[in-house]
Amino acid sequence: MGDVVTDRLPLFPFLSPGDDPFTPVGGADLRRLDGPVTRVRLPTGGWTWLVTRHGDVKQMLRSDAFSADMARPGFPLLRQAPPQTPEGRRGGFIRMDGEEHLRLRRMLTAEFMIKNIRRIEPLIGDVVDGALTALQAGQRPADLVAGFALPVPSLVICHLLGVPYADHGFFQQRSAILLDRTAGPLAVRDAVTGLRSYLGRLIEDKRVSGTPGDDLLGRLITERVRTGELEVGELIGMALLLLIAGHETTANMIGLSVLLLLQHPQVWDRLRAEPAQADAVVEELLRYLTIVRQGLPRQAIRDVEVGGRRIRAGEPVTALLSLANRDAEVFDAAQEFDPYREAHQHLAFGFGVHQCIGQPLARAELRIALTGLAARLPGLRLAADPADLPKRDNSIVYGLAELPVTW
Amino acid sequence: MSGVTADRDVCVGAGMCVLTAPELFDQDDEGLVVLIDGKPDPDPALTQRAVLLCPSGALRVTGS
Repeated sequence: MGDVVTDRLPLFPFLSPGDDPFTPVGGADLRRLDGPVTRVRLPTGGWTWLVTRHGDVKQMLRSDAFSADMARPGFPLLRQAPPQTPEGRRGGFIRMDGEEHLRLRRMLTAEFMIKNIRRIEPLIGDVVDGALTALQAGQRPADLVAGFALPVPSLVICHLLGVPYADHGFFQQRSAILLDRTAGPLAVRDAVTGLRSYLGRLIEDKRVSGTPGDDLLGRLITERVRTGELEVGELIGMALLLLIAGHETTANMIGLSVLLLLQHPQVWDRLRAEPAQADAVVEELLRYLTIVRQGLPRQAIRDVEVGGRRIRAGEPVTALLSLANRDAEVFDAAQEFDPYREAHQHLAFGFGVHQCIGQPLARAELRIALTGLAARLPGLRLAADPADLPKRDNSIVYGLAELPVTW
Repeated sequence: MSGVTADRDVCVGAGMCVLTAPELFDQDDEGLVVLIDGKPDPDPALTQRAVLLCPSGALRVTGS
């Protein structure tokens, strides 16, 4: 590994062109990739194999030849790792492998399965209605990110977990730091410590109250912590993951989706006229927008071949979901947004054992939020030059920082 | 006739099979895949799609 000259490699992660949030990798960067599995330079020094084809990404993410454990020496990092104790990483199952990962993930699978998400759809509908009522009562133009895209999933995940939404300022600010790849290691450590302390107090209050409550954290306390299957430190880490993933991802999808749909008025009208078609539109939005644009990092733990390349044990590898979702071998006219296409093979939620556990929730939130918005504000339009919209270029989850709209 | 098997030791409960072919697949109280009895492959194309989309590789097409 030490013999690779990194200076001449393209610098990763790539940025979307400033005026085009719908192109995940600009033409200049694309031209510098010399193959479907190719080396790129990391901002922390060193390099990673970048895997860009749909089939290769699927094979890689489903293979047990790769580890997701960020603490391993040589793991591809986009920012300097914060000084962390093992306690700070407990329960963070997206960074675990094998049985250790499965044990924690399986405690959550039933919570997010389709039939349970269906039960909370009325709640999601109420949250969307409430946010729209507040938006309509406020001033025009309004920022759709702050007034709708962010509060809707935040309110829903708070309700689901049993976290008070009143604290959203506290956890949203720290979530943003955790997702910012330019955040310094001490800022990241402080954000982790702050969020873990906050969730630890919340869990402790529920635990000693005698009635932990009919929410996800309450159920895990009753069914897993009290039975000795799960330690509180692990539950804190799981809650941290769900809280962050539960609002940042959907929020950014809603913002970018609205911007895109406003440029496709026939699709916007269709969401209102035929809400039953919304599921197909949502799948294509997930494919086309692929908000996890900095890829999924892994490290080979044994020699393995991906896309005709021999990857040796210890080498870093990154699955670039955004390019895999534009693979012309799988999607016809892959660069086009086409809500009539069969987009079901997209990898926006990842693949393999770490594939997004909350995807049924995300799909329901996107469908209900977008159809609700199209029904209540059919005349919605941008109140800014689309080229000037601030983007979250440095966030692990891409999106718009603001979306000024009027109606 | 073709069919499908589901390996619950491999399943991670992502629910792609239930999303794709709800007549054939369900999730139990643990969120893990179960095959719905008495419905051997109502739609081979959807079954094939569910196998393709299963993130963990828990589903396998059997028979011919």
